[in-house]
Amino acid sequence: MTKRFALGIFDDEDVLLHAVENVREAGVKIYEVFTPFPIHGMDDALGIERSRLPIAAFFYGLTGLCFALWLQIYTLGFDWPMIIGGKPHIALPAFIPVSFELTVFFCCHGMVITFYAISKLYPRWKTPVLDVRSTDDKFVVAIELKEGVDLGNVTQLLRANGASEVNEKEMSKF
Amino acid sequence: MATLTHHDGVTAEYLEVSPSARKKFIWIIVAGVLVLAAGLLLAVFGGGHHEGAEAAHGAAAAHGAAEHHGSPIWLKRLIMSLWHSNVFFLGVSVVGTVFLAIQSVAYAGWSVLVRRIMEALGAWVLPGGILLLVIFGLGLINHDIFHWTMPGIMTEGNANYDEIIAGKSGFLNIPFYLIRTVLYVAIWAFFTYKLRQLSLEEDLNGGTEYFHRTINVSALFLVLFAVTSSMAAWDWIMSVDVHWFSTMFGWYVFASWWVSGIAAITLTTILLKQAGYLRWVQASHLHDLGKFMFGFSIFWTYVWFSQFMLIWYANLPEEAIYFNQRLGGFNGQYTWLFFFNLVINFVFPFLVLMTRDAKRQMIMMKIVSIAILIGHWSDFYLMLMPSTLQENNGYLIEIGVALVFLGLFLILMTKRLSQASLVPVNHPFMDESLHHTT
Repeated sequence: MTKRFALGIFDDEDVLLHAVENVREAGVKIYEVFTPFPIHGMDDALGIERSRLPIAAFFYGLTGLCFALWLQIYTLGFDWPMIIGGKPHIALPAFIPVSFELTVFFCCHGMVITFYAISKLYPRWKTPVLDVRSTDDKFVVAIELKEGVDLGNVTQLLRANGASEVNEKEMSKF
Repeated sequence: MATLTHHDGVTAEYLEVSPSARKKFIWIIVAGVLVLAAGLLLAVFGGGHHEGAEAAHGAAAAHGAAEHHGSPIWLKRLIMSLWHSNVFFLGVSVVGTVFLAIQSVAYAGWSVLVRRIMEALGAWVLPGGILLLVIFGLGLINHDIFHWTMPGIMTEGNANYDEIIAGKSGFLNIPFYLIRTVLYVAIWAFFTYKLRQLSLEEDLNGGTEYFHRTINVSALFLVLFAVTSSMAAWDWIMSVDVHWFSTMFGWYVFASWWVSGIAAITLTTILLKQAGYLRWVQASHLHDLGKFMFGFSIFWTYVWFSQFMLIWYANLPEEAIYFNQRLGGFNGQYTWLFFFNLVINFVFPFLVLMTRDAKRQMIMMKIVSIAILIGHWSDFYLMLMPSTLQENNGYLIEIGVALVFLGLFLILMTKRLSQASLVPVNHPFMDESLHHTT
């Protein structure tokens, strides 16, 4: 689907952060902001909800812990019991290192895979770049020009908040 | 958004210790003395209920029949509890300085607003260090704290002779021990004083000169502290179990001091904030302190477990005795404390501080930091008491002494807090701390 954007180009991240706050206050919805590096406070300024990834991580970790304990208790306690170092078959202190490692393993892999999935990052994905300068030294605010959003008004608003230029661009990949 | 609003008007902010607060500290001391008196009375007149334990303790006794050499039980308990609480509070105090030094060396900006609290914690280092020597002297009278100070224990042919202890005489002898202890305390107290002085001069004169000098002084202190903290742990704590040794012990004690110190910084921050001070300290600063408490609770557990698992797995009698005494030994009277220690110092902070919201809320952080302080005080109890008091341990005297120490600690700390602005106004990273967002 082809979408039309107004792109406000900024030179300074402080100006950008204020501009984002002001534009949102003026009631204009911001589609996305593209910056060469992460900017502190930008998530709050854009009003992005906090990720629920940590909750998923907790349950991945819990899964890993249960799997590790099951693996060790079943194999060493029931399936093929062996006496090792005169310890009981199910010797919990000896299981803790493996349980810890598998908890971390499940947690990390689960998180990375989930993150890729929800961000739609997969092999051969081509990232649409609205303005290549956002990978160098410019900060780009993209506002989608839907019905009822007037390019003239948006241009004025961005300029008034310190944009050095405002361009219009169509993009089909979004 | 408050994040980018410039706080140009950062001004000095002075703590006034109100008479009611001072009265509270006095009440803590009075309560401590009362509990202590009750404990002493019970120990003197209510003794004899431990006779049943005598049989059980034979299984775990390490050296000799562990007959009660020295003082009557109540006195021995009093001296041990003084030693225990003093070692704990001295560690919490010096961690204030260590944390300050680490923040400086790391060029950390977020912590500038709470630097004065770290400086204030150090107020106990010198008095605590002097008390340590006094209590060591008290312990020498009847050799209540350190078995290795017994006369003749290192002379062959003497009735007290112990070959293993004699083998350690090069390190564990009273003159060298005193030299070392004085050296640790002197180093800690000197650097605490020096860092505080630099910070106060920065308040007066400004500029970046003090900032750079603080970094140099901190770096030197951290190197010295790495060595002295570990050795202090062997000397002050591990040598009560003179036959036993653990290469993890320095780290273990450091981890315990460290997380308690961070809990103390956090708790002080919250209490000051709730009293209407530190108005520039935000949830973000609290969040970072929370991450430290969370992370280092896990670090403590890691070190604790590393020590436990190796000893448990190898099961060598001379090493396993340590956990025999604490886990099931002496009629099992330390067993509950052993598990309580793990729950309050690991499970509780781990589960409660896991979420971001918990680390940003004062009430949650307050509960956890108090739990950590109590938990690590108990951890030190568990390091010291089973080896010295064995089956004759108790809690009233120990809690009473701890309350007295707490009251004195708070009086000195708040005094130092009130002596300078709570905000180090001329610190070069002030702006970064004001705009800190996590």
